[in-house]
Amino acid sequence: PWQNEEKRNLSLGGHVGFDSLPDQLVSKSVTQGFSFNILCVGETGIGKSTLMNTLFNTTFETEEASHYESAVRLRPRTYDLQESNVHLKLTIVDAVGFGDQINKDERQVLPIVEYIDTQFENYLQEELKIRRSLFNYHDTRIHVCLYFITPTGHSLKSLDLVTMKKLDSKVNIIPIIAKADTISKSELHKFKIKIMSELVSNGVQIYQFPTDDEAVAEINSVMNAHLPFAVVGSTEEVKVGNKLVRARQYPWGVVQVENESHCDFVKLREMLIRVNMEDLREQTHTRHYELYRRCKLEEMGFKDTDPDSQPFSLQETYETKRKEFLGELQRKEEEMRQMFVNKVKETEAELKEKERELHEKFEHLKRIHQEEKRKVEEKRRELEEEMNAFNRRKVAVETLQSQSLQATSQQPLKRDKDKKNRSVITANQPGVCLSSSKVMITKTNVEPLNCTSWWQAIQCCSCLVKSATWREGFL
Amino acid sequence: PHAGPVDSKNEAAMSELVPEPRQKPVVPMKPMGINTSLLGYIGIDTIIEQMRKKTMKTGFDFNIMVVGQSGLGKSTLVNTLFKSQVSRKSSGWNREEKIPKTVEIKAIGHVIEEGGVKMKLTVIDTPGFGDQINNENCWEPIEKYINEQYEKFLKEEVNIARKKRIPDTRVHCCLYFISPTGHSLRPLDLEFMKHLSKVVNIIPVIAKADTMTLEEKTEFKQRVRKELEVNGIEFYPQKEFDEDLEDKTENDKIRQESMPFAVVGSDKEYQVNGKRVLGRKTPWGIIEVENLNHCEFALLRDFVIRTHLQDLKEVTHNIHYETYRAKRLNDNGGLPPMTAETEENHESNL
Repeated sequence: PWQNEEKRNLSLGGHVGFDSLPDQLVSKSVTQGFSFNILCVGETGIGKSTLMNTLFNTTFETEEASHYESAVRLRPRTYDLQESNVHLKLTIVDAVGFGDQINKDERQVLPIVEYIDTQFENYLQEELKIRRSLFNYHDTRIHVCLYFITPTGHSLKSLDLVTMKKLDSKVNIIPIIAKADTISKSELHKFKIKIMSELVSNGVQIYQFPTDDEAVAEINSVMNAHLPFAVVGSTEEVKVGNKLVRARQYPWGVVQVENESHCDFVKLREMLIRVNMEDLREQTHTRHYELYRRCKLEEMGFKDTDPDSQPFSLQETYETKRKEFLGELQRKEEEMRQMFVNKVKETEAELKEKERELHEKFEHLKRIHQEEKRKVEEKRRELEEEMNAFNRRKVAVETLQSQSLQATSQQPLKRDKDKKNRSVITANQPGVCLSSSKVMITKTNVEPLNCTSWWQAIQCCSCLVKSATWREGFL
Repeated sequence: PHAGPVDSKNEAAMSELVPEPRQKPVVPMKPMGINTSLLGYIGIDTIIEQMRKKTMKTGFDFNIMVVGQSGLGKSTLVNTLFKSQVSRKSSGWNREEKIPKTVEIKAIGHVIEEGGVKMKLTVIDTPGFGDQINNENCWEPIEKYINEQYEKFLKEEVNIARKKRIPDTRVHCCLYFISPTGHSLRPLDLEFMKHLSKVVNIIPVIAKADTMTLEEKTEFKQRVRKELEVNGIEFYPQKEFDEDLEDKTENDKIRQESMPFAVVGSDKEYQVNGKRVLGRKTPWGIIEVENLNHCEFALLRDFVIRTHLQDLKEVTHNIHYETYRAKRLNDNGGLPPMTAETEENHESNL
């Protein structure tokens, strides 16, 4: 048991030294380095790359983007910049193909939203890991979105409104009027007012430069009134007076980029980099990211319970859900396995059934075959008996005849005749005595004849055909 | 000078082979170094100033714990460190009061300001440590307290709707007071430091160093260092967390020569050579607390407050807290941290 007493303000009796704390903190950050990620959204050719080059005093390589992109895609490029002892990992993300499609519907905005969400997601994943290294993590979340407005001089396009509305809860938006040297000063003033009022009336929340810190409150509130910044970008240098300045040279004059009466470039640089870069990073982390995280987690079904009851921990519900899900999976697996097993059983049963049927049929056929065989055997026997009976009668008749012929002398001829008759008799019965049983036995794998008796078989045409096969086989 | 990365055409080609329903957003590639041969000043380095301003506005938290047997001058030292009455000195145990059966944990917070920097300082006292006859496991309440602060932070961090700034009650630094016996560390010292050096930054200090002569002091320190090494006790600054060579050389020097700091504390001022100094008056002279010839208080103060304060917090956050978190999530199979109540419920459900 311990007690927490009220925090009291104490006065120090001397110099302690913790006023160096901010320096300690800062020097650590300096060693680690900073990240800053800018998203540029605007029509192709509006001057995004030129502006980036001008802002950062260097030429980031860009080939000119084609106007014929099939869809909007995001192209991030990371650069290491260094100034005095500060290392900056600058990532510039280009929304290539934005505003170029014929059909300027929502599909233009979705890839952008997706990209922003993905960076949040990656950070969230890292944060939720068990072994994580957040202090080493390269932060890719978009800290600011520069929205380039075409300098028509009239008003915002509907695509502009739709896009900014979709993005304002996910990222800090700073709208800027591009190629501001194409608008005259009076037109520009009206244009700015029109834009701001349209943004307000459509409920678009653009980034407000913070005014809560006295040190920067004044300059920030002044700048807030100048939004959207009308900028001109150029990396070419022109001699003005006796100095080389960055400017655009026209037949009628020179537009100087860093001249505040020519354009708001200096204001933009001041606000974006020199005054509010840290605030942009902080807002991204504490507001936009937290919103994303909360929505994502709520979407997944988690919620904090009220402070009285046991606080529902994220991981706990996540784990419960995971277990549920795994349980569900397992159950489904079981189901499927059961189904499979059942199907197998069914098929097996069917097969058995078929087998049985087949077997039965075979038995049946065998029986028929046996029956046939038996009948044929019987017939054969009958026939043999008939033959024998006939032969006996013949012998009897012959003996009678020979007896009667003993008187006459015509015996040898008759014997020959008998012999002939005998052989004629055997020849007249085509292959049946000798071959019938053979045929029946050897060719069981030929289809059995339809006719039940052999004379029918001889006369039946189809059976004749079939029996031809039999005979072939026999031969 | 032109410099630029290869376009992500390759990645686009790859995604053609494996058809995706929607175009996959491209992952940022490795950064290209740009030598900003500056045509002019950009102003990136102003981020330091921006950051400094922000941190000054939000203020800092710092939680320091003091552990040691009673009478070693813990409260005095903390008061000397922060030059104010942040810790109330205990008057010792009256005969009417019973000696507490266990170690108590008392956390007292103050807000102090210096040079525009606001610090919420919490001093965590541990009366009763090492005072019983049987001191077995007297580090346990302390370990429990430290883990409970990690737990609190973890719970907040894991909430869906999180606070903008999670209140940090985690112990950033634990000053362990070694009794100046002149011989060696006691078993209690070793046990405590062995257990706790794994969960918190421990800075061992030799208390009441004015009872030792210079030679005794040097010898004692050497022996203590040896013993700590032999027992595998990693006190702050831990070797494994040295970030670069510069850190390493600096910290090596501190680890191998200065630590443990032999300190003397005092909140009374005396006149010495026309100056008012914090000191202890004895018949044989005035011991000047902030005089490096007399004791190493100034070294301790500079080390803890002026150079390594932020680092103490970072090591606590990035290493000790992360270790706790990972262990917690792993132990429960990815489940969330449990409080004592949920643990009971859990057990009753089993």
